[in-house]
Amino acid sequence: MTANLALIWPAMMAAFLASLVEAVEALTIVLAVATVRGWRPAGLGALAGFMVLTLIVVALGPLLARVPLHLLQLVIGILLLLFGMRWLRKAILRSAGVIPLHDEAMAFAAETSELREQARRNEARLDWLAGLASFKAVLLEGLEVVFIVIALSAGRGMLIPASAGALAACLLVAGIGFIVHRPLARVPENTLKFAVGIMLSAFGVFWTGEGLGVPWPGADLAIVGFAAMFLAVSGAAIALARRPKVEVLP
Amino acid sequence: MRALANVFRELAGLFVDDGALALAIVAIVVLAGIMAALMPDAPLAAGAVLLFGCLGVLLSNAVRAGRR
Repeated sequence: MTANLALIWPAMMAAFLASLVEAVEALTIVLAVATVRGWRPAGLGALAGFMVLTLIVVALGPLLARVPLHLLQLVIGILLLLFGMRWLRKAILRSAGVIPLHDEAMAFAAETSELREQARRNEARLDWLAGLASFKAVLLEGLEVVFIVIALSAGRGMLIPASAGALAACLLVAGIGFIVHRPLARVPENTLKFAVGIMLSAFGVFWTGEGLGVPWPGADLAIVGFAAMFLAVSGAAIALARRPKVEVLP
Repeated sequence: MRALANVFRELAGLFVDDGALALAIVAIVVLAGIMAALMPDAPLAAGAVLLFGCLGVLLSNAVRAGRR
């Protein structure tokens, strides 16, 4: 293992928190499908999505090992910057009240209502459509998890800690969802997205710089400094983006 | 064909939400790459452009979105 603790813990935590967000979103849709059409199409769709994800990882893993390290770090770094800063921007705008917070209960209601509408229109194909909704949710949210795990590993021997973090989050959410049978609306999604956005952006700057041949001061520890800077700038951005409340004069 | 286009749209959506932010990030990376190529003896200059460029882009994009 070539990675040290300064990289392992942030990578593991980022993978865990990001996977928590994605797993909660996937669970909401799978639960909506199960509520409208039962556990069979929901479970089969989710299982099919999981199998496609496994195939992607198995096919992609050996290919990545053949890419030169600097090129891999540069490409992954740029993708991490795009992905992480996109999450961070959204979390900043939500914290500042510019865009509404994501609401799992509302997402569950919308998905359930859409499935019921489909049922009304085409009863015969509903099991198939419901399974497809479950499949798509697991595949799309899972792709984000796979990307995060691969990106955080980026040829530094961190595949196992990052995968362990992601797997722990998925198992935790699946376990809680199985017990409570309700969308996990009380998970602080925006706070998690904010934290993950900061970590992914910090990793993105680090990997991109490494890919360009930048010898970062403090080596891997530089990531912690980058994360602190992204946190400070995000705090400033929230304060500056916040819309002033309009006072109603008597 | 439409399903394939939808998949690509969803995949692109993972990385690009606000086009201006994505373009600005790519521009900063290109700038840092040019710096690294032109000044091989001072690679930290490219790192500084990359780090402070990304922080600046994030701040200005979020503030502009807040004022829109």
